[in-house]
Amino acid sequence: MSGTLAAAGPAVALREFHAFEAHGARFLYLVPSAGIFRLDEVAAAALDALASGPRARDQVVGELSARFGTARVPEITQTLDELTEVRAIGDIGSPVHQVANDLPPADFPLNTLVLNVTNKCNLACTYCYEYGEDKLVDTRYGAQPKFMSEDTAEQSVDMLLAESKGQKVAHLTFFGGETLLNFPVLDKTVAYARRRAAEEGKRIEFSLTTNATLLTPEIIRWLADNHIGVTISIDGPKPVQDGLRVFHNGRGTYDVVLPKIKELLATHRSRPIGARVTLTQKNLDVLQIFRHLTEEIGFWEVGLAPVTTQDHRDYALTDESKDAMLMQFEQLAHEWLDCALRDEHHGFSNVKDTLEEIHKGVSKAYGCGAGLGLLGVATDGGVALCHRFAGSEEHTIGSVEAGIDREKQGRFLVDHHIAAKTDCHTCWARPICSGGCYHEAQVRYGSSSRPNLHYCTWVRGWTHTCLEIYGALAEKNPKFLARFDA
Amino acid sequence: MRHLRAVNQKAARIEAYVAHETAQAAAAAPADPKDPDMLDVVGLRTPPHEEDGPHFPLGCSLVFAPGWEVDSQGGTAGLCQPVERDLFDCHLSCFWPAHVPDQLNHAPDWTGKCASAQKDWRSIDLVFP
Repeated sequence: MSGTLAAAGPAVALREFHAFEAHGARFLYLVPSAGIFRLDEVAAAALDALASGPRARDQVVGELSARFGTARVPEITQTLDELTEVRAIGDIGSPVHQVANDLPPADFPLNTLVLNVTNKCNLACTYCYEYGEDKLVDTRYGAQPKFMSEDTAEQSVDMLLAESKGQKVAHLTFFGGETLLNFPVLDKTVAYARRRAAEEGKRIEFSLTTNATLLTPEIIRWLADNHIGVTISIDGPKPVQDGLRVFHNGRGTYDVVLPKIKELLATHRSRPIGARVTLTQKNLDVLQIFRHLTEEIGFWEVGLAPVTTQDHRDYALTDESKDAMLMQFEQLAHEWLDCALRDEHHGFSNVKDTLEEIHKGVSKAYGCGAGLGLLGVATDGGVALCHRFAGSEEHTIGSVEAGIDREKQGRFLVDHHIAAKTDCHTCWARPICSGGCYHEAQVRYGSSSRPNLHYCTWVRGWTHTCLEIYGALAEKNPKFLARFDA
Repeated sequence: MRHLRAVNQKAARIEAYVAHETAQAAAAAPADPKDPDMLDVVGLRTPPHEEDGPHFPLGCSLVFAPGWEVDSQGGTAGLCQPVERDLFDCHLSCFWPAHVPDQLNHAPDWTGKCASAQKDWRSIDLVFP
């Protein structure tokens, strides 16, 4: 073998990518650049030849010219050049280009601030990460105030406007606890934020998450008039919802929230209303949940996320359940594709979010924007990595009064960078996943900087499905992809 | 590109970058092998930039290996570590194959049995080139 190589010039080998097919066409998802290229038959054959191991370049040319004819040798060598240029293949001796482990610039703007306006909730959902067995903060007997004050909320707005730097639009999200328990502060904060944003020549967009139990006609009117994006936490049809999302006395919430949600959907037309579902071992009929929420209730979009918990809880997903969940996600993703091919809307937001990242070719240094472009504020004004860490001393990086502790934030950005997650360094899905949610890692492994290894197979399966969907759209309805251009 | 078609936005940027680099390379004068700069051996400093002030090497010392001449801040305190610590300090970026196996290319699993360098270094696999 070495004699052959020496005689035929340097050997070339495959570099890092994930191959996928759609509608008979073959594609490459390059890692870590996240570029997607469609292969013609020569390029596909070249990669097939190299799949069995490194070869001298001349040998590859020889094998391919035997198949395509010697007249196409110039085409074959050009193909090998192009594959080399995009780093899908490379000389075996030449160094693999490493991605620079650059940290974000110091003036990185804050894009979204999530205010935990209260840490009280009128429900007692067993799986809740904030009050359940996996909680990080003692919300019942801890030192945190139950409600955020008007002053703290206003200071938060001031911080958001200042830290959004040159950005023209900033996002303010209200969260809880049950957000609407502190409606007076919401009302005043929105008015204050609008006034302050106008003074700064900026725009603020608002959104909130609620369990819908406290919606009233007045609040619904207020949400619509103020163009506030609303996400409803709801888990599905009555038996599912009433089994998991209950009042403190154990009574189910379905019959209480249904009429309120219907009124909200009928009245609030200025922003699409989404449902946010937590999937547990006890509610895994994804298709039934999705159809109920979209077709029977009328939500525009439904996003589904597996519960964050430790393995031994009875509502934790088993590996078999994750497989079943993935299969149903795939089915919904293909339904979504069928709609997209007809330029129609389909409310499965999980696929839409992933496709947008695939379309842009994001290659993430961090699993999410927490601690950087997104921050959470606890009821006492402490600035946390995100809303899920609000009130946790370990994950607090300043306060709205004193500002962001840049040293602590800097340490966080070093510790949580993909460069520090060596387990991820050989995974092809790392441009999209980058180790996953810090809060999930904190609950599972006791450290927010650990990669979420329990989801690797699932994430790769899901990303592969979304790549296939993306490839199918690129083949059959490429103009649809322009919707993700922004 | 004729045989690869850029599909997503990142691929379009890669294609534009490749086209730009190719044009730059075509415009540049061919390298003169007698040019003394071309013969300069450059180690531990990429690119050479004496005019930019002092250079802090990030690789190992050539003379006192294992160890560091200065740390990344330019300091000299606490440079040498016990060798078992150095194993994990160096193994991802080390240019010197005599130190540790090339984990990125040839020996991805050489530390597979060694969860903690200080405790388990005896169980590190032998790696033959």
